[in-house]
Amino acid sequence: MRNRIEKSKVPHIISDNIGIMVVLLILCIIVSLATDKFLTSGNIISVLRQISINTYIALGMTLIIILGHIDLTVGAVVAMCGTLTVGFIVNQGLPVELAIIGGVLLGVLFGFINGVIVSTFKVPSFIITMAMMNVANGIAYVYSGGQSTRITDGFFISIGTGYLFSLIPLPVLYMILLIIVISFLLVKTRFGVYVYAIGGNREAARLSGIPIRKIEIIVFTLSGLLSAFAGLVLASRMYSGQPSVGSGYEMDAIAACVLGGTSMAGGKGSISGTVLGAMVIGIISNGLNLIGVSSYWQLIVKGIIIATAVILDSQKEKFKRNAIIRK
Amino acid sequence: MDTPILEMIDIKKSFSGIYALSGINLSLEEGEVHALLGENGAGKSTLIKILGGIYRPDSGTIKIKGEEVEIHGVRDAEMKGIGIVHQEIVLVPQLTVAQNIFLGRELMGSFSRVKRKEMNIQAEEMLQNLGVSISPTTSVSSLTIAQQQMIEIVKAVSFQAKIIVMDEPSSSLSVEEVEQLFQIIARLKEKKISIIYISHRMEEIFKIADRITVIRDGCYIGTKKNGETDVDELISMMVGRELKEFSVPKKQISKSDEIILEVKNLSCRPYYSDISFQLHKGEILGFAGLVGAGRSELMESIFGARHFTKGEVFLRGEQVHFFNPMQAIKAGIGFVTEDRKKTGLVLGNTVSFNLSLASLDKYQKGILLEKERMEESVQYYTDRLNIKSAALDVKSTQASNLSGGNQQKIVIGKWLATMPSILILDEPTRGIDIHAKLEIYNLINELAEGGMSILLVSSDLPEIIQLCDRVCVLKEGVMTGVLESHELEQENIMRFAAGGESA
Repeated sequence: MRNRIEKSKVPHIISDNIGIMVVLLILCIIVSLATDKFLTSGNIISVLRQISINTYIALGMTLIIILGHIDLTVGAVVAMCGTLTVGFIVNQGLPVELAIIGGVLLGVLFGFINGVIVSTFKVPSFIITMAMMNVANGIAYVYSGGQSTRITDGFFISIGTGYLFSLIPLPVLYMILLIIVISFLLVKTRFGVYVYAIGGNREAARLSGIPIRKIEIIVFTLSGLLSAFAGLVLASRMYSGQPSVGSGYEMDAIAACVLGGTSMAGGKGSISGTVLGAMVIGIISNGLNLIGVSSYWQLIVKGIIIATAVILDSQKEKFKRNAIIRK
Repeated sequence: MDTPILEMIDIKKSFSGIYALSGINLSLEEGEVHALLGENGAGKSTLIKILGGIYRPDSGTIKIKGEEVEIHGVRDAEMKGIGIVHQEIVLVPQLTVAQNIFLGRELMGSFSRVKRKEMNIQAEEMLQNLGVSISPTTSVSSLTIAQQQMIEIVKAVSFQAKIIVMDEPSSSLSVEEVEQLFQIIARLKEKKISIIYISHRMEEIFKIADRITVIRDGCYIGTKKNGETDVDELISMMVGRELKEFSVPKKQISKSDEIILEVKNLSCRPYYSDISFQLHKGEILGFAGLVGAGRSELMESIFGARHFTKGEVFLRGEQVHFFNPMQAIKAGIGFVTEDRKKTGLVLGNTVSFNLSLASLDKYQKGILLEKERMEESVQYYTDRLNIKSAALDVKSTQASNLSGGNQQKIVIGKWLATMPSILILDEPTRGIDIHAKLEIYNLINELAEGGMSILLVSSDLPEIIQLCDRVCVLKEGVMTGVLESHELEQENIMRFAAGGESA
């Protein structure tokens, strides 16, 4: 009965993410003091829409990193799927639904190949996914000849630009649904426990009868699927398939995970943290835009803020310990 | 005798307001081997860390050769002639022996050039001085654990250490290797170097220690001269109770005739070859031998974690061949591996996570995990195995924060939760304190009495003799003998494990 008393009243989602929440709060305060355009419902919706693409990718990346891997292919898959899906419709004249399925399957295939290679040959995922990044990028450029393709198909455009009840942008709706699904997978299912176990101690996981190969292939495939979906939504929002988009997206996704407390060593991390991380990144961009900082300067500021946030977060354990001592 | 080389007087240290040490005394004469004895958590490590400059004491005095000193850090401790050989080896495996010995203080020539030859020559000298026959140019990764430990000792001595602390140096050594270690200790004594020797193994302590200091729960209990005390007295000093409660029990019900597992001519070169044995229901079958005799590899093969090249395995009369641990687990085999940190636990996750890891099938309902049933099971095994931590809520404590004994209990609990009919235990009590050890012994007996069959790999001879119905002895991958319960004596086992004879 002692342990009942011990259980803290603060929900896990807050106590685990306290560092990043503080950062988010400070950021919001600073931006809203600097400009009164920030705290408007229009802008908040706009921020959510802006972070949605990165969040889809970061959700997959969270699983990948907890598993102890990295997936650098994601950005290139975004470009490849967007470019080819649009091309399938505009150039090949395929029905929209079929083109979408084709584009998404291509992303799934890339994830699957990554997973198979990584789990079979035990080669570092950093190298393999970097190689596959080049392949995916190449395919996008070869197919399009480096040109972007405009698309005017109403259904396709509505995927990324439509609204639910003319209030919630569809990309935001997808984001919320995906967050729920992936959280569910990670927290409520055996699959989730296995992901943590493999990342935490691969050998112990193997000896506990966990099908490591299967889990790795599933997670990489899932990451491919989510990136492909991101590519689709992005192409729809831009009314075009552009082979040059998506570069650097892998870094934003990784940053969101790390900001959210996912350990690059594997075994630790949470979806809630990643979502908060994606929000921090989104608000930095949005805030700097509103204030009118040039996009080149934004890179510098964003980099510094991310580094600071990660350092602050790494001190969390120390704060916790000190707090216990003070009691 | 003259002034002691080291005196630690009334050392106190607290963490978060809780005393880890409340007044420890220790004095060390020149050329003395002084054993430091205490259960895990008694404060030995804390005391050693204070001596090594990792922690600062809250109060108390440290005197070296009668002079009061303060130790400001690891480097400072080294400068003052204190060398520590940690329980876990901290060498860089990719570098050579000489490079490791000189790590961080390489001999430099002009233009920051590293004088490799000079270092090799000096290292060679140091090695020979202590009678260690290892070439300084060997890569550390190719050495055995025992040899690596010797390199650690040589390294400590190379700092001109006058005091060397050895923290459970024998815990992963075979009997033969411990003998080599003792020879090195004897050489150190000749050189007037003093040694603080930490170990749980009583026989060793009586063999080499001049004096023995016992601490318990952070308190100084007393110091005895070797020859003026005995095992019983030391144990009751350590645990604060009479020995009787702690004598190793013997299983009450003997094995049945039913054969549950049969292994025929199993081979996996170069680890082991042509191994055959039968395991009965309710039997505790021991596997003795020196470290590296191929026992762990044999167990891995039975468990499907290592392929074997030849031979057959029969489970309840039916031939089986497991290609991965998953299949073995489904067939009712559990495997408590030798190294709980590397292969047993997900250290960064909670007790409850680890306890349920191998048995998640049982809580699966559709695609969901039934958390409540899982928690019940976790609670059951936490209680059953008496898993304890400093935190109030044991189940949500991170596994790395528990003591060795409790970590070991988690690993055992993880396997019990799979309800195995055969449990493989590989060195289940290595490096854990006597209290936890006895708890695990009782548990093993209860399990076997309940009909579970147990394969027990252990290098601890008294343990294997006390617990087992029969013992298979392996030497260099070959089974040299099977001893029935009435033949179980240390000399018998050692003869088969190390001697020239074979059965």
